[in-house]
Amino acid sequence: MALRFEVLGRFNRARAAQLTLPHFACQTPLFMPVGTQGTIKGLTTDQLEEIGCQIILGNTYHLALRPTSELIDELGGLHKFMNWPRALLTDSGGFQMVSCITNLYVAGIFYTQWHFAYIFQVSLLHLADITEKGVTFQSPVDGKPMLLTPEESIQIQNRIGADIIMALDDVVRTTITGPRIEEAMYRTLRWVDRCIAAHKRPHEQNLFGIVQGGLDPVLRDICVRGLVDRNLPGYAIGGLAGGEDKDSFWRVVAQCTAALPEDKPRYVMGVGYPLDIVVCSALGADMYDCVYPTRTARFGTALVPEGVLKLKHNAMVNDTRPIDPTCACMVCKNYTRAYIHCLVTKDAMGSQLLSYHNLYYMLQLSRNLHSSIVEGRFVCDFLQKMFPKGDVPEWVCNAMDVAGIDISSCCSS
Amino acid sequence: MKFAVKALSSGKARAGVVHLGSCPSSIETPCLLLSTRKGLPIFISPDLLSSLPSPDSNLLQFSPLHFSEGPSPKTISSIGGLHQMVGLHEYGFAAVARDSIQCLPECGSTNKTGASFETPCGRRLIKPVEYMEMITSMKPNLWATLADEVPAWANNKRNKTSVDRTVKWLDECIARSPAGGAVFGSIVGGSNIEERKRCAQEVAVRNVSGYWIGGFGLGESMEERPSLLNAVTDNLPKDWPRMICGLGLPEEVLQGVAAGVDLFDSAYIYHLTIGGFALTFPLDRTEKIDYNYQLSDQGSDRTKINLRATVYRKDATPIVEDCCCYTCQNHTKAYINHLLNVHEMLAQILLEIHNTHHYLGFFRSIREAIKEGCFEQFQKKFVQSRREHLAADVVSV
Repeated sequence: MALRFEVLGRFNRARAAQLTLPHFACQTPLFMPVGTQGTIKGLTTDQLEEIGCQIILGNTYHLALRPTSELIDELGGLHKFMNWPRALLTDSGGFQMVSCITNLYVAGIFYTQWHFAYIFQVSLLHLADITEKGVTFQSPVDGKPMLLTPEESIQIQNRIGADIIMALDDVVRTTITGPRIEEAMYRTLRWVDRCIAAHKRPHEQNLFGIVQGGLDPVLRDICVRGLVDRNLPGYAIGGLAGGEDKDSFWRVVAQCTAALPEDKPRYVMGVGYPLDIVVCSALGADMYDCVYPTRTARFGTALVPEGVLKLKHNAMVNDTRPIDPTCACMVCKNYTRAYIHCLVTKDAMGSQLLSYHNLYYMLQLSRNLHSSIVEGRFVCDFLQKMFPKGDVPEWVCNAMDVAGIDISSCCSS
Repeated sequence: MKFAVKALSSGKARAGVVHLGSCPSSIETPCLLLSTRKGLPIFISPDLLSSLPSPDSNLLQFSPLHFSEGPSPKTISSIGGLHQMVGLHEYGFAAVARDSIQCLPECGSTNKTGASFETPCGRRLIKPVEYMEMITSMKPNLWATLADEVPAWANNKRNKTSVDRTVKWLDECIARSPAGGAVFGSIVGGSNIEERKRCAQEVAVRNVSGYWIGGFGLGESMEERPSLLNAVTDNLPKDWPRMICGLGLPEEVLQGVAAGVDLFDSAYIYHLTIGGFALTFPLDRTEKIDYNYQLSDQGSDRTKINLRATVYRKDATPIVEDCCCYTCQNHTKAYINHLLNVHEMLAQILLEIHNTHHYLGFFRSIREAIKEGCFEQFQKKFVQSRREHLAADVVSV
C-alpha cells in the first residue's frame, strides 16, 4: 500500500478527506481530468497546476500503443516523460477495447487533426473478444491479434509508473442483461488475484480493484465482498456511466459506497456530469474521472452553474457577458461570450480556452465539495442554481433522501 | 506612437525604438510582429504569452478580416476595442489586412471598389469604408491602409493600376482615420522599380506616421528583391518607421533590414510549427562552425529539426540546450515527438513557444550587430554559414 486516506470531515455519508499519494497529497472529493495520451488536450502542465488539478488519468491502452510502456519506462516513467509533478492514475486498458461510447468518438472525426486516435477505437469495437485468458483484440497498427491479460496490463502499468493503477476487469455494458453479467463479475474477481500476483511495485503504486455486477444488487454485493477480502488500497465502482438510466445508476453507487470500507478511497469510474458528481459525493464516493469537460469544450460547450452554455449558438455572436460571471478563471475574467463564439470550432485557441474553463469549473466543484461537506449547505446551492424553477429530477431527490441530505428548499413540490 | 532611429550600420540598416501607448516599455527595432488569429497567437494561450521575452514579444499583428464573421464592429466597440476583447492590455497591436498565413491577397478579384482576399471564410472583398469601420472599432495601436497587392508576375498595366488604387484608398482611409492609432501608408508596385519609386514618393508626401511596404513575398526572387526594397526605402523619409509583410525567412528578414525596414511580420514560425519543426540555428554571433553536428537524413538541417523523426523518440534532451523558453525548460524532444505522433495540440503549443522565442533571439542578434556597426558582416556571415552547411550536407550524403 502506498497511500494514506484520512477523513477530515463528514456530512452523513459524504466525506471530505486527504488522500496522500506518492507524488501528491490530494483533497477529496476530487475530479481527475483525462489525459489520454500523456497530455490533457491543449493544456500545459503549468496551466493544470494553476487551476488546481491534483490527479491526471492516463490511458494505458493508448500509451502502450504510442509511445509504448517500454519507452516510457526507459525515460523514467510517465511523470518524468510528461513533466507532471503531481499524481497520475492509469486505467487497465480494458475499457477502450469494449468502449460503448461510439457516437461521441465518431463525432470526434470532425477534428481529425487532433482526434486521430479515436478513429481506431471505433474499428476496435467489433473486434474485441473476452476469454478467461484476457481480452483479445485486433491491433489497430497492423491488424495482428493481440491479447491483453491481467498480467500484461499490470506490467504495462508498472512501467508507466502511475500512483494508482487499475486491475483489469471484465466490464460489460449495464444495458446488457443475462448470465454474461454474472460471468463478468466472477471473472473480475479471479482477474484481480492475477493482477495482485503480477504487481511488482506495491510500495510505489496502489492497485485498485473494480466492483462489477451490472445493475444486479446481489452480484454487486458478492463483488464488493470479494474485493474487500483482498484488502486493496482502494476500490472503484465500474461498469456505470454507459447509458443506464439515472435511477439505476445512483442505486448501484449507493449500495457499493455503503458496503465498501470507510477508510479507503472510492472511485466512481467515468463520472461525469457535475450533477452526477454531486449526487455520488453525497452518497459517499471520493474520486471521479470523465472526458466530458474537455470533450464538450471542443464542441463549443461550456460548463456553467445553470448547466451548459453552447458557445456555438448564434445568440452568442454579440453577447458581451463572460461565460460565467461567478467563475474566477482566466477565461471568464478576460473574455466575452462573443469572442469565444468567434473562436470555437474554428480555431485551436477556442478549444484551449474552453477546455481551460471547463476543467477549472470541475476542479472548483471538487474544491467546493471538499470544503463544504461538513456544512452540507453546498448541495442546496448547487441544485438551486442548476434548477432555479425547483424542477430537481426525481432520481436526484431519491438519492439525496438515501444520503440523508434535506433538499426540500430546492424543490418546488 | 513615437519612433526614433538610434543607430545605423552599413548605411541603411537601422536600430531604433518604438513606443506605443498601451505598452509599458519601448520596443527596440528591427523587431518581429507576432502573428495572431483574431488577436491571440495561433496556439500560445494568453497566460503563456508572458513566458516569452518581454518587451520583444509585445507586438502582435492581426487582420481585421479575421473578424468578418463576427463579432460585429458595434460589439467590438462596446467591449472597448481589440485590446479589451482579447485581454492583452499591455500589448501593441498592428492591423494589416493581409496576414501572410490566412488572409492572402487575391488580386484577380480585387477591383476598383475594394481589395479581395482569400480567407478561411471564403473570398472576401473589403472596401475602404468597411475596412475603416473595423479599424475604428478595434482601435489598434497602428494600422496599414488598404492596399491592392499584386504578385511579381503581374503585367505592367495591372501593376500601375494597383499603385494608383492603393494611393487612392490611402487617401480614403486617412479621411476616415479614427483619433488615436498611427496610420501607416501602404506602398506597393510589384516587381517594377519605377512603380515602386512612384508609389513611395506619392505616399511620402501624405500625412502618415509610418509606412507599410506591401507586395513582397508574392513571387519576387531573392536576387531582385534588394533593388525593389531600396527603390521604396530610398524614397521615404528616414524618421518614420517602415513595416513590411511577407519576408519570413531569416535571409529575407536580413534583406529587409539591409534596406532599412524596421518592423516585420513572419509566417515562418507558423509554418515551422504546424510542420513539426523546431528552430535550432545558432544565435550566438561568435559561434564557430560546429563540425560535430550530426547529419540526420530525416529532414533536419542546421537551422531546424523535424521533431517527427524517429531519431528523437528517446531523446530526453530539450530542443536547444541552453534555451530558456518554456518548452525547453520543461519538456524533451522525446515528449514532443510523441505528441506529434499522436496528433496532440500540445505539440503545436510547445513548438510555437520555442520557435517564437528563438526567432525573437534572432532579431535581438540583428539589433546587436547594427548597434555594433557590423550588420553587413553579420548578414554575410549568416547567409554564408547556412549555405556552407547545406553544401557540406550535400557532399557528405
